Amino acid sequence: MSKALRIPIFYLPIFAILILWELAARLGLLNPSIFPSLTDTLVAFVRLAEKSHLLAHAWLSLFRQSSGFFLAAVFGIVSGILMAESRTVRNILEPLLRATFPLPKSALIPLFILWLGIGDSAKVAAVFLGCLLPIVVSTFNAARGINKQLVWSAWSLGTPKWLIPWKVVLPAALPEIMSGLRIALALSFTLMVSAEFLIGQRGLGYLISTLGEDGDYAGMFAAVLAVTVLGFAADRLFLWLNDHLLAWRE
Amino acid sequence: MSLIDIDGVCKNYTIEGDRELTVIDHIDLSIREGEFVSIIGPSGCGKSTLLHMIGGFVPSTAGEIRVGGAAVHSPGPDRGIVFQHFALFPWKTVLGNVEYGLAERGIGKLERRDTAQSFIDMVKLSGFENTYPNRLSGGMQQRVAIARMLACEPSILLMDEPFGALDAQTRKILQEELRELWQRFRKTVVFVTHDVREAVFLSQRVVVMSARPGRIKTIVETGLGPDASRAAIDEKADELWDLLRDEVVRTLDEERRGL
Repeated sequence: MSKALRIPIFYLPIFAILILWELAARLGLLNPSIFPSLTDTLVAFVRLAEKSHLLAHAWLSLFRQSSGFFLAAVFGIVSGILMAESRTVRNILEPLLRATFPLPKSALIPLFILWLGIGDSAKVAAVFLGCLLPIVVSTFNAARGINKQLVWSAWSLGTPKWLIPWKVVLPAALPEIMSGLRIALALSFTLMVSAEFLIGQRGLGYLISTLGEDGDYAGMFAAVLAVTVLGFAADRLFLWLNDHLLAWRE
Repeated sequence: MSLIDIDGVCKNYTIEGDRELTVIDHIDLSIREGEFVSIIGPSGCGKSTLLHMIGGFVPSTAGEIRVGGAAVHSPGPDRGIVFQHFALFPWKTVLGNVEYGLAERGIGKLERRDTAQSFIDMVKLSGFENTYPNRLSGGMQQRVAIARMLACEPSILLMDEPFGALDAQTRKILQEELRELWQRFRKTVVFVTHDVREAVFLSQRVVVMSARPGRIKTIVETGLGPDASRAAIDEKADELWDLLRDEVVRTLDEERRGL
């Protein structure tokens, strides 16, 4: 099959659902007051973009989500590697990880708001904390599982011992780290929207909840659509990056 | 004059919390500069552990290993190593792998590239400079590992069952190539293997180790020279196998009891 055809065919089920949605609305199978049609949603999307600063809300949400995600990536990878390399770090962090792993991070959002206020920092903190754990855990497991003889090879080829975690363990563990990062990326959007639901005057999560409260369901659907598109685009970008960083695996 | 001195070396491991397992029990061995020495023994006899201790990767429990008169505490550029499963950096190309040790030594980019290229040519991998290891066969990967080791110009080559993961045909070719390399450079080689014939074919002396705890059972001078006939190699290999056979049987019996 040619490459030009493969992508549209892969996404065929999505187009099918969109068409079914539109048909169901047109045929009156859906209650139009709570379930707007696809075309109504797209019209609302344009209206929001023109009149309600949809783009500004989206940028702000994206800023919160990406700051939290990148901070979590840096802290998570560094601490995961250190945990694998140092018994002391492992003894300190492992009980904390085990205790907080099952905790739904969104439960902490009200606390962050209490401590950090209703601005960006509470939302970034919520995204950061939620993303941190899957990144630490996948990095730790990956770093612990690498082939010991890679480390020995680098050591005997002259790499100083303190640099080995960064020059050898990190690249060797990268494939697994990347899959942890991808899970965290999906979580980052969830947490961003959840945090924005709770409080604040801006952001896509705020837009969804306020439009819903006003009964503008087409607008609300349009805002949900905006989050979906952003999340999808971020994931595609991530996969592109993944393929480039891990080209050596092919 | 000996280059490597192994002096009363023991290695114990603590297993299951408190039980002590003696892997290597009091080994004395001297290896001369430029000598090719093989170590054979049943699995679990500690022959790889001994090699790793010479490399400085694993500390000994008792005794001392000296290289050129200085006690070994860590790996050093004087000792290169290759492993059974190659241990190439999979995220680096063939060229990147071979250049790695040179870069760590601070050698400039152009010189590094030239040196690496000459070693890639030496192991007959010209044309594969920009290929990643997982696109190469096992035999090619081990050639890269050998080039990566040689590029750093170590005086001692430590080889840990280097051809053990290769198919019989590739193994034979690499054995011949290694012998050529050794005849050309006369580096000191310590070569761990399961394969008695390989040991006879390559080395000047073969150290036969006993079943665990690993001790030196005997040392056999092989040194058949490059013109040795197939018959002479086979005869020597049979002689060595007779020495080794009891130890292998003993290991298998103990494994059975252990189960």
